Amino acid sequence: MSNAPVDNGRRRFLTIATSVVGGVGAAGAAVPFIASWNPSERAKSAGAPVEVDISKLEPGQLIRVEWRGKPVWVISRTPKMLEQMKAHEDMLRDPASDEPQQLDSAKNPYRSKRPEIFVAVGICTHLGCSPSFLQGGFGEKVEGTEDGFFCPCHGSKFDMAGRVFQSVPAPLNLEIPPYTFIDDTTILVGEEEGVA
Amino acid sequence: MFGNLINWIDERIPMTRVWNMHIAQYPAPKNFNFWYLFGSLAILVLVNQILTGIWLTMNFVPSAEGAFASVEYIMRDVEYGWLLRYLHSTGASAFFIVVYLHMFRGMIYGSYQKPRELLWLFGMFIFLALMAEAFMGYLLPWGQMSFWGAQVIISLFGAIPVIGDDLTLWIRGDYVISGATLNRFFALHVIALPLVLVILVFLHIVALHEVGSNNPDGVEIKRKKGTVAEEDKPKFKFHEYYTSKKDIVDAIPFHPYYTVKDILGVAGFLILFCWVVFFAPEMGGFFLEAPNFEAANPLKTPEHIFPVWYFTPFYAILRAIPNKLLGVVAMGASIVVLALLPWIDRGKVKSIRYRCGLHKLNIAQFVVTFIILGWIGATPQTDFKTLLSQITTVTYFMFFVLLFVYSKNEKTKPLPTRLTK
Repeated sequence: MSNAPVDNGRRRFLTIATSVVGGVGAAGAAVPFIASWNPSERAKSAGAPVEVDISKLEPGQLIRVEWRGKPVWVISRTPKMLEQMKAHEDMLRDPASDEPQQLDSAKNPYRSKRPEIFVAVGICTHLGCSPSFLQGGFGEKVEGTEDGFFCPCHGSKFDMAGRVFQSVPAPLNLEIPPYTFIDDTTILVGEEEGVA
Repeated sequence: MFGNLINWIDERIPMTRVWNMHIAQYPAPKNFNFWYLFGSLAILVLVNQILTGIWLTMNFVPSAEGAFASVEYIMRDVEYGWLLRYLHSTGASAFFIVVYLHMFRGMIYGSYQKPRELLWLFGMFIFLALMAEAFMGYLLPWGQMSFWGAQVIISLFGAIPVIGDDLTLWIRGDYVISGATLNRFFALHVIALPLVLVILVFLHIVALHEVGSNNPDGVEIKRKKGTVAEEDKPKFKFHEYYTSKKDIVDAIPFHPYYTVKDILGVAGFLILFCWVVFFAPEMGGFFLEAPNFEAANPLKTPEHIFPVWYFTPFYAILRAIPNKLLGVVAMGASIVVLALLPWIDRGKVKSIRYRCGLHKLNIAQFVVTFIILGWIGATPQTDFKTLLSQITTVTYFMFFVLLFVYSKNEKTKPLPTRLTK
């Protein structure tokens, strides 16, 4: 061991330099551990579009299909359901669908390509529960509107176009997925011309 | 022969010294009451959870395809599998009962006050780790409530501006809750969080033994060296680690006095615990919820979804606020504010026994608030309950605001110089 006096400046420099290099190394080593939590390639590729046969869909009926693991609703809306939607527009957060929760093709009063067929992702925009379809029983939630969707988790309310009512926890209208009418009785959910 | 063995060990590891310092010659206040049983009971439940958890792991299949069926397999076909699972599921609820009572003890006797702030903070970290552990464990049976409960809680992170959506995707490892989520929660539930919990419990006890226990009078038993007359000192041998720094009054050694007392507590606890395990393991839907007897279905949310009872007070605060981000912020704040108690309470007198009447009322209203919030969070929402939850959310936070205000110049009763009976 040398008897030279301690050079504190040099010691501090070496301590800091070692700490910085070690810290960078630790941060680098953390990358694989953190990145491995991202969706795997298999999960990413599982999002193929699904075909839905609507030939047997009765007026007023809702069917659920699975697309990318999420429930997608297809509903045949009756003329009465379409009519009552105009009455409560002043009670909605986003009646004109200004928020980008749909493609342009569904940015209209009914939020759909054809007024009578409604397609939406059945997941509440609050915390991800799937709202219940209250057919004829929605009047006790919103007076004057007979049909709508009610989220059992935190009480968010949506009308028959998936538009969210005011003073509920959900901030946005229900998401409308991209979809295409292949013919009059078949819908392809997950794909729209010109959009992936 | 035996003495030689002890010597041989003591020359290599400080066994006798640690035993004396922390158990046989550890000075504890002589006036511990019923409320002081819950620390040792929490350790008992932790041991139960680790032991039954290891055994459950031997038959559980952590995959979306196999999880639900393997729990049924444990319940029906594995010898005593039903007992191991009910011990584990009842233990989860028992853990929170014991921990809530333990925290309440700290609140009424001011055990978070100086110099026990760090002790309280370690306790709050234990509480956080315990909540994460319980939440992840609840996903594993892969029932309807497991699935949708996890969906809601993970979506909470989506309320964070800018990074929210990417963060939830990263936590789930998929676009929805899936087998990927189940597998990582399993890993965290059986390895990562138990390790964290055990380490935190160790630090909690180290911090406790450094500052010493508080007591129902909130009067310190460690006095400045040289201020206690010889005849006032207890006639017990305490470890010199404590006696060399301070004079000690009104203390008894932890062993055998409190080990025996704790064993009595354990016996009483086990009678209640076993009654639940054998006669009411579902506890009317509070410990195990009915929708969880149906396998997870990503297309259909159960008609009513609630977290297990121990999360419902915080959940009710979340539901009370009709704004996604603010609801999440309020829920987080309701837990953070508890951790800040040592700095919110500016009082010098610790125990409720000697504090002002307003403080007693304030603690009473906090208890009522907590119970009402828990009830609201566990039952379907109505307009009346939404209003009530908003009122109780205000009274929950008012507890801390009021405490901060009146504790500064509080009119307290005179403290006794020595511990009372």
